[in-house]
Amino acid sequence: MLLIPCPWCGPRDEAEFGYGGQAHVPYPEDPTALTDEEWARYLFFRNNPKGPHPERWCHAAGCRRWFNAVRNTATNEILAVYRVGEPRPVIV
Amino acid sequence: MSPRTPGAQLPEHPDWLWRTPDPRRSYDVVIVGGGGHGLATAHYLARNHGITDVAVLERGWLAGGNMARNTTIIRSNYLWDESAGIYEHALRLWEGLEEELDYPLLFSQRGVLNLAHSLQDVRDSVRRVEANRLNAVDAQWLDPRQVKEVCPIVNISPDARYPVMGATYQPRAGIAKHDHVAWGLARSADAAGIDLIQNCEVTGIDVTGGRVTGVRTSLGPIAAGKVALCAAGHSSVLAAMAGFELPLQSHPLQALVSELLEPVHPTVVMSNAVHVYVSQAHKGELVMGAGVDAYTAYTQRGAFHVIERQMAAALELFPVFARAHVLRTWGGIVDVTPDASPITGLAPVDQLYLNCGWGTGGFKATPGVGWVYAHTIAHDDPHPLARPFCLDRFTTGALVDEHGAAAVAH
Amino acid sequence: MTPQPFRLPDGGRISRGAPLAFRFDGVAYQGYRGDTLASALLAAGVHQTSTSVRLGRPRGIFTAGVEEPNAIVQIEAPFPEPMLPATTVELYDGLVAGGLPGQGRLATEPDPARYDARYAHCDVLVVGAGPAGLAAAAAAARTGARVILADDQPEPGGSLLGTAEIPDWAAETGSELDAASEARVLRRTMVFGYYDDNYLLAAERRTNHLGSQAPSRLSRERIWHIRARQVVLATGAHERSVAFAGNDRPGVMLAAAARTYVNRYAVAPGRRAVVFTTGDSAYCAALDLAAAGVDVAAVVDARPEPGGAAERAARAGIEVLAGHAVTGTSGEPRVASVAVRALCAAELTGPAREFAADLLLVSGGWNPVAHLFSQAGGQLRYDAGLGAFVPDGCRQAVRVAGAARGVFDLPGCLADGAEAGRRAAEDAGFTAARPLPPTSAAGSAERSAPSAHLWVVPGPDGFGTHFVDLQRDVTVADLARATGAGLRSVEHLKRYTTAGTAHDQGKTSGVLTSGVIAQLLGVEVAELGTTTFRPPYTPVSFAALAGRNRGVLHDPVRVTALHDWHLAHGARFENVGQWHRPWYYPRDGEDMAAAVARECRAAREGVAFMDASTLGKIDVQGPDAGDFLDRLYTNMISTLRVGMIRYGVMCRADGMVFDDGTVIRLAEDRFLLTTTTGNAAAVLDWMEEWLQTEWPDLRAHCTSVTEQWATVALVGPRSREVLAGLAPQLAVDACSFPFMAWRETAVAGIPARVCRISFSGELAYEINVLPWYATALWEALYEAGRPLGITPYGTETMHVLRAEKGYPIVGQDTDGTVTPQDLGMGWVVSKKKRDFIGKRSHLRADTGRADRKQLVALLPQDDVLLPEGAQLVAGDRLADPPVPMLGHITSSYRSVALGRTFALALVRSGRERVGERLYVPVGEELIPVTVTGPVLYDPEGARRDG
Repeated sequence: MLLIPCPWCGPRDEAEFGYGGQAHVPYPEDPTALTDEEWARYLFFRNNPKGPHPERWCHAAGCRRWFNAVRNTATNEILAVYRVGEPRPVIV
Repeated sequence: MSPRTPGAQLPEHPDWLWRTPDPRRSYDVVIVGGGGHGLATAHYLARNHGITDVAVLERGWLAGGNMARNTTIIRSNYLWDESAGIYEHALRLWEGLEEELDYPLLFSQRGVLNLAHSLQDVRDSVRRVEANRLNAVDAQWLDPRQVKEVCPIVNISPDARYPVMGATYQPRAGIAKHDHVAWGLARSADAAGIDLIQNCEVTGIDVTGGRVTGVRTSLGPIAAGKVALCAAGHSSVLAAMAGFELPLQSHPLQALVSELLEPVHPTVVMSNAVHVYVSQAHKGELVMGAGVDAYTAYTQRGAFHVIERQMAAALELFPVFARAHVLRTWGGIVDVTPDASPITGLAPVDQLYLNCGWGTGGFKATPGVGWVYAHTIAHDDPHPLARPFCLDRFTTGALVDEHGAAAVAH
Repeated sequence: MTPQPFRLPDGGRISRGAPLAFRFDGVAYQGYRGDTLASALLAAGVHQTSTSVRLGRPRGIFTAGVEEPNAIVQIEAPFPEPMLPATTVELYDGLVAGGLPGQGRLATEPDPARYDARYAHCDVLVVGAGPAGLAAAAAAARTGARVILADDQPEPGGSLLGTAEIPDWAAETGSELDAASEARVLRRTMVFGYYDDNYLLAAERRTNHLGSQAPSRLSRERIWHIRARQVVLATGAHERSVAFAGNDRPGVMLAAAARTYVNRYAVAPGRRAVVFTTGDSAYCAALDLAAAGVDVAAVVDARPEPGGAAERAARAGIEVLAGHAVTGTSGEPRVASVAVRALCAAELTGPAREFAADLLLVSGGWNPVAHLFSQAGGQLRYDAGLGAFVPDGCRQAVRVAGAARGVFDLPGCLADGAEAGRRAAEDAGFTAARPLPPTSAAGSAERSAPSAHLWVVPGPDGFGTHFVDLQRDVTVADLARATGAGLRSVEHLKRYTTAGTAHDQGKTSGVLTSGVIAQLLGVEVAELGTTTFRPPYTPVSFAALAGRNRGVLHDPVRVTALHDWHLAHGARFENVGQWHRPWYYPRDGEDMAAAVARECRAAREGVAFMDASTLGKIDVQGPDAGDFLDRLYTNMISTLRVGMIRYGVMCRADGMVFDDGTVIRLAEDRFLLTTTTGNAAAVLDWMEEWLQTEWPDLRAHCTSVTEQWATVALVGPRSREVLAGLAPQLAVDACSFPFMAWRETAVAGIPARVCRISFSGELAYEINVLPWYATALWEALYEAGRPLGITPYGTETMHVLRAEKGYPIVGQDTDGTVTPQDLGMGWVVSKKKRDFIGKRSHLRADTGRADRKQLVALLPQDDVLLPEGAQLVAGDRLADPPVPMLGHITSSYRSVALGRTFALALVRSGRERVGERLYVPVGEELIPVTVTGPVLYDPEGARRDG
């Protein structure tokens, strides 16, 4: 049960959150301009690193806000959280 | 004083298993990953194709990843033709594998029940049964009374929160002892001259002119004519080394066992709706699992609330389990694709081969994968059963959507 | 009643005034409150509790705690419970138990007990109330920090409970913590799991020790979920054995356990003892046993120069054999004599000596209990000096104190614990306000000698009875066979032999196994490492983990405001998601088919009504709401006029149908959309995700109002009459109130929003009211419609009616692989919009194939009712498998309106096959069917306006 620091509500149990996968994958400006390969990439390919991973979470049973977190997938340590629209923090 | 317990006497392992060789400088084929799939591939490379200049590189101990952590359910009652094809091929190999490997695998065809708890579950179940029958996969639809006959401890009360409305039943399905399977395959590969190299982590994949030439490892560089990836949850990390990406997400998957109990559970019961699957292994322990943890992780451990929910689900189905005890829980890392079907075949790099994305279903496919993947590697061309599971399907949209079709996982 | 011949005349922490009767393996015994089942059996002279799992060898009580490998029992009464160590079962009156050789037995009756969960937060969680833990908890609590001290035993003290004189401060500290407002002492509470972010799980045994006296109002066990800022693990250490011939015989016991039986339980575990040790601690046992009147024949010390403890023993008249080892035992089944020889550089020398003894105490060293630390992600390091694995760094906020990190002397433990507690509190933001009071325990001036590291005593005849894992019957010979098979990894050796996999999970055997393997392979123990510790530390019952989430509480049941009416009128219910929805309303003697036929007839010929409140409802507001919905739905929403309604479909980005429903435009900047019952939450999540993460610039907001509205569908050619009678202000004619329009009016005096929507093809209305008026509305409709034969109907009739019209149900006629075009609903996919979610995927090669599966209707020959889920094939004879399948039946009904059976199906190139004959394998038969377009009833749509 991770303790996830919601940037709006503070630290809360993982069970209150929904997971949204990799962050910073914008919906393409004009999908019809993409090749099938590029569209497939948007649809199905997400980073799967072993290490720091910027990802989306939704505080579904709390403020219902989406936000971003950088979590180390090898340790589950949450290195940073930031609101949608804010740049990804530099993790040293 | 009670007599000695049934199942206490597991068949002995043989007096000799495998060598612990140092890696050579070069091999025709390097298999990355010494789990069930890697070992099965090595076995069939030797057995079916006479290819023995092979090394299996394992970063930890042989078969210590998902092979050591899964709940050992074997079945082939998948919905889609493509899935039924490869899993049924695997099941038929399972049926001869003890003899083939001359190893006691404790392969027990005790049947698998997939429970239905809603009218839509019933429709989906009948659909799968009918498809299975036309694909020559043994399958039956059972009503609740028949479910009770197969597994008397299942709670079929209509008052249950999600009553059992019936089940699909595959009598040829069952379980096996995972270590025995892995070791049987490893012994066979080793005896054929294949080097099984443990504590050897691949740290890089060498690609020259779009073609793989070898791997770098914690034990030094190893040249290879062909490199076959077989690394489950770590496939993304390896693909990145070769310069491409895979549509995979690695999730923790937890499982648990109880203490040893007198036989109460004669089959395997799976329920998607209440999220649990249960069998009783040979020694008497209840072996249980549930769904994956929601987020990606390489931690080999999950969150406890997942276990608690699983226990609640288990007691809904099996009230007699109330005072059984959880003895041990653990986690594996499963690599899940967007359509819940595997990727096996050619990679975007020449002479590099892919086998990943088996998610929660890898164990049951073990001999089938070995057979098919060895063919793919030997011929540099996907085996016909592997063809639908190409990486390209994510571009065309021709998915093999076992998620969408509401077929059961695991 | 058997007497207690081995009960000491005085002492112990038992209540001699509270005798308890119990039965074990069919024999009646007596013990006292404060006993464990194991101590009570020992008091009766019973050592052997069972035979071993693989070899059938007699086995006896070996320890006094959770690490017990041998004395595993089955509780029979008051309620069956499998596989409990007798050493952990607190004795109660009426206990009936028996020994187990390896497999427990489950009750066949449901467990009557209740189980519960607690959630707690604290600044400092201290695990273990031994000297280090008590000191830590006290130090932390004195800073004002919120402290939880959890311990498995009924009273604090830990290892001190097994000593002859327990310092007063142990109880005093417990009382001090009990009295402190910010501290909580959890007794009989085993912390068994250590998860990410300092989340720990503990199982509290609340009534087990009361047997049938347990008050039913109390939950039997409860699981504590504790989130701690800081954790101090003071989990102590387990003594381990040495592998020598016959080291498994009943009467062989760990030294500290014997000491505990003497001091805590006032039980002499034997009359004449030999003590075999590799270190100092066993001398305390020897002296305490001697003081209690046990004849200690000899202390056999593997160390050539044992030090001060040995001198003390010698002064007490005990023979000490330095540089010796026990080479074997004999006796059937219990130890009767012990063989000893001199040991020099791992070789036995000199003549053998035999000691007559019924008790052999063994101490092969101590293993710090590092399980929780390891679970937390902590690293372990092999300490060659201690001959044990010790904690060595962890990412989480945890400290280890006392014996758990290899500090074994009492003053050291107290100082270590106090320091850990103080620093934990400081790291949690508290200040140690006053200096710690000096601890009363005095240091020992005695010269202590380092322990020897002895894993295996050679011979005499091979290693077949040199047990390392007593419960799995694993011997040194078994390990040697495994290494001989080529295995090198501890994990492989463990699996080959099954060592460490039993009920005790290798608590006493794990390090010994590693030591023996290292010796066999000629490597250092440190090189081998240890196997991973996994939760739980001790077994936890399924029921405790399930807690109250069983039965109706397993998953919340959602019901509508009209549920009581449905119940009162005999509805049968269907689970739809979490909802209980009326499925059909059988009248006397009706089966489902008859009830559904009657309900359908009413809807098609007269008037009928259903509770549609479970449909998901989402209120979308804001200036950009129309734009937002245009992006989500495949069709155009923003052009919808206020007062009107449009049907819409949503796809996932992969182009597959995700949900459908109606969209009502309430105002320029306000829409109300409905979703399918099961998908309501998912659709809201989906909308919020896009809004917040992709289009935060859009001024639109979504709110779930599913439960804020009750919805009644009023259906049938005579529905207008019923509505007109109840809504006098509403112009109900088709011109004034056209299809797909909505009006606000009063229905039966209740403010209502009435929509002209039909999911049946009939003239129909959906009447929405606030839920607390739902019953009033429903009753009014029932009353008003009664002269017309108004009939309540359920989901089954709804399904028949919609299927007759070819309306698909998402999730039944679709399966996540179906596009709107596949459903024949190209008309709902906008060609004008630049984009919507899913549009790009519709252009992919596979979604453009002409031979995709498409929704059609099927007319079976001979009025057969086809099974839903059945497959379709081409020929009238089945080919050899695999038989090519053309599709499957998604819906199948008997239609009153059509006077026949029919089905909907997804069929490959379905629309091209209209008129074709296909076949459905049902059992051994092939049922011919004719493919037809999906709309079978009123294809012209003539009935819509009544």
